[in-house]
Amino acid sequence: MDGTRILFGGFAVLAIASAGLCITRRNPVASALWLVATLFSLAALFVLLDAQFIAVLQVLVYAGAIMVLFLFVIMLLNLGRAGPTDLKGPLGLGVGVLLAGLLLVQLLVLRQAGPAAGGPARATTEQGMIPTVARPLFTAYLVPFEITSLLLLAAIVGAVVLAKRKL
Amino acid sequence: MNLDLTSTGDLARALLPELTLTAAGMLVLLVTAWRHTSGRDLRIAGWVTLTGLVAGGVAVWWLWWHTARAAGPPSMIAVDDFRFVTDGLFLAAAGLTVLVSFDYLEREGLLVPEYYVLLLFATLGMMLMAGGEDLMVVFLGLELMSVSVYVLAGIDRRSGAAAEAALKYFLLGAFASGFLLYGIALVYGATATTNLTQIAAQVRSLSLVQSPMLLIGLGLVLVGFGFKVAAVPFHMWAPDVYDGSPTPVTGYMATAVKAAAFAALFRVLVEAFGGVTAWKPIVWWLAVATMVVGNFIALAQHTVKRMLAYSSVAHAGYLLVAVAAASWAGSAALLAYLFAYTLVTLAAFALLAAQGREGERDVRIDDLAGLGQRRPWLALALAVCMLSLLGFPGTAGFIGKWYILVAATMAHENVLAAILVLTSVVSAGYYLPVIMAMYMKPQPFDQAHAGVRLGRPAAVVVAACVVGLLVLGVRPNPLLDLARSSAIVPPARAATPATGR
Repeated sequence: MDGTRILFGGFAVLAIASAGLCITRRNPVASALWLVATLFSLAALFVLLDAQFIAVLQVLVYAGAIMVLFLFVIMLLNLGRAGPTDLKGPLGLGVGVLLAGLLLVQLLVLRQAGPAAGGPARATTEQGMIPTVARPLFTAYLVPFEITSLLLLAAIVGAVVLAKRKL
Repeated sequence: MNLDLTSTGDLARALLPELTLTAAGMLVLLVTAWRHTSGRDLRIAGWVTLTGLVAGGVAVWWLWWHTARAAGPPSMIAVDDFRFVTDGLFLAAAGLTVLVSFDYLEREGLLVPEYYVLLLFATLGMMLMAGGEDLMVVFLGLELMSVSVYVLAGIDRRSGAAAEAALKYFLLGAFASGFLLYGIALVYGATATTNLTQIAAQVRSLSLVQSPMLLIGLGLVLVGFGFKVAAVPFHMWAPDVYDGSPTPVTGYMATAVKAAAFAALFRVLVEAFGGVTAWKPIVWWLAVATMVVGNFIALAQHTVKRMLAYSSVAHAGYLLVAVAAASWAGSAALLAYLFAYTLVTLAAFALLAAQGREGERDVRIDDLAGLGQRRPWLALALAVCMLSLLGFPGTAGFIGKWYILVAATMAHENVLAAILVLTSVVSAGYYLPVIMAMYMKPQPFDQAHAGVRLGRPAAVVVAACVVGLLVLGVRPNPLLDLARSSAIVPPARAATPATGR
């Protein structure tokens, strides 16, 4: 077993453990911080998979921007006190275990199915990741890329319409 | 005219209607930024929107007239008559909705000119969704449409029912989008492409018909679309959302949103998954459940708006029959029915909006008693709408249903055809009481219908729709020819691969 695999395993365990802690903590701030840990471990996994650009995006966008938003909302809503547990008795636990089992079965099925042949070739590291992400974005995927900007505009207009104080 | 979609100029030409509508949206946004206080500003925004929609329509017509077709490798956007005709349908529905909204917004004191911006963006989303040749474009178009319509549903912020409708629609819609996106991701995982024609090619060349990843993905895509078209058992949101939204928005949701979802669903199923038979029984059962449940629950409704909401669920069932036929005839029937259904539903909701006294949510069927004597023309229009929804001969609704029946029997779906006829008979049980109340019952008290006001633009819409329904009911050939020539021809069933995985 080489070093990369050991590192990969280590970060994978870290990601799963902090994800587990994220959903079991009662304090929302603690949950959010464990989520940050999960996202950082995922970023490390991306680096180990030679996807440096996605790793950087993961840290910048998720661990940076979105987590700050989460913490903001938590503090604005003033959820200081620990609330009651979300698990509603044995029935809730049973449903949870059932769903987890279903997810596991699905993962196993998908593992058997395997990835399709003729998929996108793995980007070589020498080429640098950013051009390989950017070039298709402005050529083959230009139309969806531009629609995304319209989607964001529509969402902003909608949010302002619903939220502004005086119509 | 052949368009090479890899060159920027031709791509812009192929996307001309969408670009026009985007420009119109930006323009209206600018107008509303400066003028957004009085009823007059609202009308200005409305007229600019209408102009933009007409310009978009001209662009669609230009492409259609030049028989534009895509050349070269598969691309993001389809260039075919199916796209042009559905685009025309969305633009027409949006234009009629704008006309109905003029009076409604002012009467209800909704001085929000952004209403028209969102309407334009929603229409743009529909055009991209129904014209998308790539699952990515389909998804983004669907989201653009949905986000705009979520806000439109809750645009009346003083109304608790509207807030409930918007929140329900948003939460369930986001949930459905999650299903759809997960399904698209799995389809991409199985076929390594999101392009519809390439998915079909990969399914053939890699013989993926039995691939669990593809089938799970397809199932999730169906669930996502099922939510959007309000097919039973994914219809739970529809009655509350239709009931709580402002009535012109409800009319828009029941027609254009549904038409867009059906057009996209048909294109995805036929073009990408034409070789996979697994979805046929699923759509079959969805159609049966939607027709039966929608019609029977509609029987139990007392208010007109909720009755129309369940009736639109039932009509989704009829349209699913056309999808289940999955043939050239099914595609033509889908278009013809969508056209007739859009006309009649828009007129019905415009007439309902005219009943409004402090919100038309509470208009019960019995409240229409005596309308035939007080407002004969209005009652006549509503009666024609009800008959057309029922599928009465002489109206466009009959032609639409007839065409779906023909498509179903041609595809040997005789059981579906029988259920369609039987449930249509059931639907008489809730459409005819409206006519009975209007003509055969005396008005409960004097001045019972004094508050009924149909503004001039809305009256034009109703008159145009009703005349259109009657003319198409007697002379359906132009519509049927258009639907037939624009139908999607399913790719020839390639010999099914002998070896599954």
